[in-house]
Parts: sequence; C-alpha cells; structure tokens
Amino acid sequence: MSNNLSTGTLSEPRVATPTVNTATAFAILFTVVGLGVGVYAMIAGHHHVYACTREVPWGILISTYAFFAITSTGLCLLAAIGHLFGGTPLMHLGNRAVYLSIATILAAFSVIGLELESPWRMLIYNVISPNLTSNIWWMGTLYGMAVGAMFIEFFAIVTRQWNLALAVGIMGALAEVGANTNLGAVFATLSARPFWYGAQLPVFFLCSSFASGAAAIILFTHLAYKMRGTDFDERTFRGLQSAGKVLALTLFLLVVATAWRFIVIFTGNNEMAMIAANHLLKGKMATNFWLFEVAIGMVFPLLLLIGTQMKNVPAMSIAGAMTLVGGFIQRYDLVVAGQQVPVYYGWDDLPSYLGYIPSIGELLVVMGGIGVCLTLFLIGERVFGKVFKPAEHH
Amino acid sequence: MKIDDLEKLKNEGPDTLPSKERRKFLKWGLAVTGVFAGGAVLSLTSAKNVQGALEGIKLKKYPYKPHYCMIIRQDRCVDCEKCKEACVKTNNVPEYGYRTTILEREIPIGPDEKQREFMPVLCNHCNHPPCVRVCPTRATYKDEKTGIVMMDYKKCIGCKTCMAACPYNARYFNEEKRAIDKCNFCFDTRLSKGEKLTACAAACPADVRIFGDLSDPESRVYKLIHEPDRVVWVLRPETGAMPNVYYTKG
Ligand code: SF4
Ligand code: SF4
Repeated sequence: MSNNLSTGTLSEPRVATPTVNTATAFAILFTVVGLGVGVYAMIAGHHHVYACTREVPWGILISTYAFFAITSTGLCLLAAIGHLFGGTPLMHLGNRAVYLSIATILAAFSVIGLELESPWRMLIYNVISPNLTSNIWWMGTLYGMAVGAMFIEFFAIVTRQWNLALAVGIMGALAEVGANTNLGAVFATLSARPFWYGAQLPVFFLCSSFASGAAAIILFTHLAYKMRGTDFDERTFRGLQSAGKVLALTLFLLVVATAWRFIVIFTGNNEMAMIAANHLLKGKMATNFWLFEVAIGMVFPLLLLIGTQMKNVPAMSIAGAMTLVGGFIQRYDLVVAGQQVPVYYGWDDLPSYLGYIPSIGELLVVMGGIGVCLTLFLIGERVFGKVFKPAEHH
Repeated sequence: MKIDDLEKLKNEGPDTLPSKERRKFLKWGLAVTGVFAGGAVLSLTSAKNVQGALEGIKLKKYPYKPHYCMIIRQDRCVDCEKCKEACVKTNNVPEYGYRTTILEREIPIGPDEKQREFMPVLCNHCNHPPCVRVCPTRATYKDEKTGIVMMDYKKCIGCKTCMAACPYNARYFNEEKRAIDKCNFCFDTRLSKGEKLTACAAACPADVRIFGDLSDPESRVYKLIHEPDRVVWVLRPETGAMPNVYYTKG
C-alpha cells in the first residue's frame, strides 16, 4: 500500500537526459503558447482568431478533439483488456496505456474547452439542465466519468491496489465506449448532413479508437525505451507484438469500412452526400484523403506490419506513427467534408465546396493540445517511469 | 392519421404539380408520388415524408395552441429586403448575422431565357427540431405553448452542434450574447406584446409572408393551406424535421 511508496519506487531518473529535458521544455512551450492563444481567442472572441463560419461551424479544433478523444478511448480499452484478461501480453503495456489515456483525454479537453464559445456555462448547465437526447451531453458526461475513473485507476495502480484498479478500470472502459460511440453519433444522427448521417460512424469511431490506441501505445512505449537507452525486455516485446496485431487487424477493418462507406453513399440517392464524398475522392480534399487518410493512415502501416511480421519494434513504431498522422487527418476530413455542401445548394450561386482553411490561431491551439499530450508523456515517464514496467502482478 | 390511412387517400397524380416543382424534387432525388388530400397538400418521396409535411395540417390535431406557422408565397417575392430590415431593427440583429434572408437563383425557362427566383428563408420552427434534440443544455427548446423554437441564451455553451444539425442554416453565433441566436417569430419583441404578425410579415409590401395560427380555421394560414388545388411544399423534407414554414405560389 501507499505507506511504502516513495518517489524512488515510482520515478525513473534514467530518463532525465539532456535530450529529454530539452524535449520537455519544448513540449511545455508548445502547451503554454498554444493554450495561451486559445485563451486569448476566448477573451477576444473566436471570430477574431478562428476560421469557422456560420456555414462551416466546426473546424480543426473539433477534429483534433475527436482525434485525442478517440485515441484516449483506445488506450483505455487496451489497458482494460490487458488487465481484465491477465493472460494477454497486452497487460505488460497496461499501466502506461492508462496513463497515456489520461494524457490524451486531457489534451482533448484542453482543445474542446477552447473550441466551445462559452465553456464555463457547461459546468453549470450540463448539470442542472441536462438534455438526455443530446449526444453531446452524453459524450461530455461519459468522458467526464471516464477520466474520473481513470484517475482513480491510475492511483490504484501506483498504490498497487490491483483489484480496485481492475474494477474502476472496467467502469472507465465502459464509460469510454459510451462516450466514444456518442461522439460518433454526434455526427451520425444529423440528417441535415447526409455525408455523416447513417449507422456507420459510431462503430467506425470505436474501431478507429482501437487502431489509434494501439498505435499510440506502440509508439510511446518505443519512445520510452529509447529515452531510457535500454533494450526491450521479453514481456514488453510480446506486449508490443500484441498491440501490433490489434493495430493490423483494426487497420484492415478500417480499410474495409471506408470502402463500404463510400460505396454506400454512391448507391444511395443523396446528392449532397455524393458531392461531399467526391470532394474527398477527386476534389479539393483528394490529397488529404488518398495520401494521408488512405495511404499513410491505413495502407502503408498495414503493409509494414504484415511485411515485418510484427517482429521489428522500429517498424511497428513507424506504422504507429503513420496511423496517428493518418487518423488525425481522417478526423479532419470527416468533420470538414461533411459541412462543405451548402444546405441550400443550388441557391445563391453557392459553390458545392464552401471552403475552410484552419487559421494560424486554430493551428496554434492544435499545437497546444499536442503539447499537453507530449508534456504529460515526458513528465510521466520521469515521475512514474517504474510504474510502467511490465506487470508482475496477476 | 396513420401513414396507411394517408396512403389510402385519393392520389391525384404527380401531374397536379407544376412541372418546375416536379423537376426540383427530382433534382433533390425525391420521386414525386402524387398530390394527396383534396388536391391540396404535398407530394414527395414516400408516405413518411408526406405525413411529415402534413403533420398538423391533415391530422386536424395541432400540438400547439396557437400553432404558429408561416406560409411563403415564394413567387411574389421581389427581393426588396424590407423583411430583413424589419427583422434587424426589431430584434437587434448584428450586421454579421441574420435571422432571415432571401436566397436567389436563376432558372432556365427556355433556350437562352432565364428567370430570377427569390426564396425567403428563416427558422422553420420544426415540429421535430434537430437543433433541440442535440443541444446538451436545453439552451434551445421548443416552447410548449406555441411551438416556437426559442433560445435561453444564458445556457448556451457555444458548442455549435445546433448549427450543424439545422437543415435550414437558421442559426448564427451572436458574439455579444456569446450564444446562438435565431428567429423566434418575434416572440419577445412583438407577439408577447400583443402584435399579431412577425416584423418580417408586417413589413413585406408584397404580402409574401403569411403568418398565423394553423390551429385556427379562421386564420389566413389555415385557409390558404386548405385551399383546394393549392400546392404547398416544405424545404428538405427528407431530413424529417417537419417544418412549420410552408412554401407556395400565387
Ligand atoms: S429550422 Fe433549424 S433552428 Fe429552426 S427549428 Fe428547425 S432545426 Fe431548429
Ligand atoms: S450552441 Fe448553444 S444552443 Fe446550440 S446546441 Fe450548443 S449549447 Fe445548445
């Protein structure tokens, strides 16, 4: 229990190298500058700093929020699966996954907090004036519960209360599944936006979360060992291989799901959905789609994983990084493409592509979110480094 | 009335609809099934949509009392924008936003011949408002008495989900209020003070915007919608929002 804990049993002084220190300083700088710009936008008014409009009300901050939130869900679920089914090698990555799940959800909250126009009202009216038909309400509430559960879970891990960690971890994972699928449903239930509307997105988001979560745990575990300058032990290596299998499987599923998503749109008769889909397939967003979303985000990492048989950690790590980059762009494409066709298309000489280019301010807030995630990762490795060693319990 | 009953009504055939309208529906991917119910009301893809647009009209049961609605006699609009001006003045609408606006387009009416067409738009005060369903804090809500979709500004967190959800682009972010703003049929500025018309309806010199209580058989809106042979349609019926703003000609 906690009485025989000291920083000595938790912290990992080996990572305090000059390189890591410099990286941490930069991560903190990114965070402060990025979030500072967001706070300025909140005070000055979003319209001075962000590029969203009446016609395209959601931009890169929503998609970045979705990216982090989806990744957090995946990390939390992988940790829960690892801890719940103690026999899987994934459990050796579980503690770091829980910590990173917290780090990514805090990054998500930072970004969405600066995306909402009046976030302080949420603290009051989400509680005293809830709307149970609202996916946004459920998503916010469930992510809130999930992050609470994960804090307790991580505390329990640090204090070696495994049963508590397991119980709370399962609750957190269930809340994350609810929150994640509600995030998908935020888009999927809008009949006004045919490109989003339909049954697919919630489960697509869940599948994406496994892919992003596996990608993140591989990449960050690899970085963590690099920071220590040590080789992988056998258990960690087997954990990474398991995560690699999850990644390969979910990438494969995402390729299939993406193909069917577009085929279904073109077999339907909704012109708005088809125009939006064509922006991605052969229009203004085609590079985003084919190069980042499809090639870098799914096909290359899948081929790399299959080609190296998950025996090579740097290869898996590169596949993970590509998946995350592609995933980031995929969320962006989804959010932006879905709003491009004007709701009164055909009137006012409105173009079929309304256009949206992120402002510098928005990009800086995105940088701030990435900064939050990196800062927490780097500090976590130092402060809790020993907690992340392969599990000896179970 | 159930969908089945509706389908049993005499279908007077798609030909009852002006061909221009038919083309418009076809362009949206909506097959015209016919004109139902005494030649009056609507003719869209499926019985579900027909019922959607009919709710409150043919059901003879009105969820609200008064059940406010607006009929827009579209072809009479000359784009003078007096309605916009009146709205801005009455409701203190900032210049970067609007609660109602006029859309326009050119439609070919023959070889080398084009005709300008205008279409006033505003919040449709939907019977199934997507904006209300998605709002996390019930900052936007459907008034239980009048059916008007209103805003409680202080509750709005500015998530803009309602903007994404609205099929009619009826909402904008009001920077001064730090909340979404939208048409409320001038409820606070006129109706609650005893006025019978919205500012836009009162200001329109061409009598395009007919406003009133659909549940009152003596009202202009009721009579107009129930006129034999009148074709009435709604915008984007496929979204299932069930609007209370109807369009017609003449
Ligand atoms: S038109 Fe838009 S804002 Fe008005 S009730 Fe319908 S969904 Fe809501
Ligand atoms: S922007 Fe305001 S009114 Fe619209 S859904 Fe969000 S909280 Fe509700």
